[in-house]
Amino acid sequence: MNGVALHATAGGGAGEGSLRRVASGDLDTAHGVVLYLDEISVSFDGFKALNKLSLAIDVGELRCVIGPNGAGKTTMMDVITGKTRPDAGKAFFGQTIDLTRMSEPEIAQAGIGRKFQKPTIFERHTVFENLELAMKADKRVRRTLFARLSSAERDRIADMLQRIRLVEVADRAAGLLSHGQKQWLEIGMLLMQEPRLLLLDEPVAGMSDEETERTAELFLSLAGKHSLVVVEHDMQFVAKIARTVTVLHEGAVIAEGSMERVQNDRRVIEVYLGR
Amino acid sequence: MGPVSTTFSRLYGRRGWIALGAFGAVLFIVIPVLVLAVPPGSTFHVSQYWVTLIGKIMCYAIVALAMDLIWGYAGILSLGHGLFFALGGYAMGMHLMRQIGREGQYQADLPDFMVFLDWKELPWHWSGSDQFWWAMLLVVAVPGLLAYVFGYFAFRSRVKGVYFSIITQALTFAAMLLFFRNETGFGGNNGFTDFKRILGFAIATPETRVALFAITGAMLIGTLLLGRYLVTSRFGRVLAAIRDAEQRVMFCGYNPVHYKLAVWTASAVLCGIAGALYVPQVGIINPSEMSPANSIEIAIWVAVGGRGTLAGAAVGAGLVNGAKSFFTQAFPEYWLFFLGLLFILVTLFLPNGVVGLADRLRGARRA
Repeated sequence: MNGVALHATAGGGAGEGSLRRVASGDLDTAHGVVLYLDEISVSFDGFKALNKLSLAIDVGELRCVIGPNGAGKTTMMDVITGKTRPDAGKAFFGQTIDLTRMSEPEIAQAGIGRKFQKPTIFERHTVFENLELAMKADKRVRRTLFARLSSAERDRIADMLQRIRLVEVADRAAGLLSHGQKQWLEIGMLLMQEPRLLLLDEPVAGMSDEETERTAELFLSLAGKHSLVVVEHDMQFVAKIARTVTVLHEGAVIAEGSMERVQNDRRVIEVYLGR
Repeated sequence: MGPVSTTFSRLYGRRGWIALGAFGAVLFIVIPVLVLAVPPGSTFHVSQYWVTLIGKIMCYAIVALAMDLIWGYAGILSLGHGLFFALGGYAMGMHLMRQIGREGQYQADLPDFMVFLDWKELPWHWSGSDQFWWAMLLVVAVPGLLAYVFGYFAFRSRVKGVYFSIITQALTFAAMLLFFRNETGFGGNNGFTDFKRILGFAIATPETRVALFAITGAMLIGTLLLGRYLVTSRFGRVLAAIRDAEQRVMFCGYNPVHYKLAVWTASAVLCGIAGALYVPQVGIINPSEMSPANSIEIAIWVAVGGRGTLAGAAVGAGLVNGAKSFFTQAFPEYWLFFLGLLFILVTLFLPNGVVGLADRLRGARRA
């Protein structure tokens, strides 16, 4: 069990050296790269959603991806998670796992978790059940027919409830939560999957300032143990958590670097920040 | 508590088990005694008419449970479930036809309709039908295999919602046309009837009727408990999650195709078994069982009883069919109007069916 990896304390983001080799699939990150996109192109009816997009995410990195609407951020996530097949290009998870040949569930099991723009949780299940279903386990039919929660698994769910501050509402239907709580539940579900790479699409949309603050802290504490790709419109939030920022425009990367450098880039100002 | 007793307590609470026990006592003790032991002149005597009617409705209740598993829990609306029911019925019917032996109209080795068509020997798909075990195998395997193959392609291609419903409707309609044809070897529009024996027992005696009735009752209770087990397991929670947010289920690492296929196939098999129990009690099976309207009616039973409640689906089958047998005798021409009205009213005012209404009343009394 690598449940320990979940209990990162706030500020533990620099602990890249202590990264444990977890046995999730055959993920091979010997060269320090967890996700590698090479010249990915996707077009829908002639419209180029992604145009030779290349991107590499290091192990333990927290990367922010920004860009105006239609820049291809969500399509990029769709390609990584198997929802959309690229017309051309390569997408590798670690050195050996070819994402373009896998289905969504296979990619999820290999260790990539995804949070949607609009919180998608199981509204009619309780908060507890949401976490139970997301939890890393054998997810084949005949296992779920006879699955019982072990006490270790119960503890892990309890820990996660604490961490996402939903202990009091554990037995309530998830649909009754506030918007911010739903966002947190979805993040909690992602973490229960124990992914190596988390893709987060606008994770603080609709959150209060305090919730946003706490989310920033959470992400910083996750970096190092997990690799994170955060797509966000909220510049303040990006400025708070970003180390490296990638700017997309018309389906390709136009700038990459620190927030400061990106903010001063002429093309970026032209297409995005300056408008 | 051992694992077995926790499994039982997970399925139903104390009151649920008591209700189920009472239901079982009526089915297995009270009704058989009133039919067999009480003399026909007595006011307490229950006639064979009622045994057949209740037995038939219990077969429908099994179908309703099977429908609720896929519609109420997995969110897949089938409008072709009558097909699986009919296939199970035909598999049983073939065996019952063979059991007639030489007692048919033509006193031939072949079933009457084949003699009538001037056939000289049994078609290939009738081989083995004289064996009871083979018939039982077909009852399970034919609906199961058809559902598996159909479901595999439909679910893998991500056919969903109303498109899926329409395809299932087309499937049962196509099968009906096929079974109407004499060349197919299933008795054409007359189907199979005039059964004489089952497992060597005369089929129309009160004893055989009561035995079939009790077996159907046991199957109904078994189906209910199996359904409860499925929906209270993690498997059931994954199904409901697929119904509510399939994308999230996939990104959690579950493959929805496998889950849908499992519950879809199980549902079809249950329908096949219900059909096999139905045919010897009602005494006839013909292609009208595959008519699109029949399959739509199954969905109405479940909607009336309450989707996603299991017991409610069975109650819905009982209520609608009870009303049907009353209406078709009292006002035969108005039954379909009544059925349509019922469906509209339930959809508008009782989205959770009769069970939902009962819950609401209970809640109101408490408040």
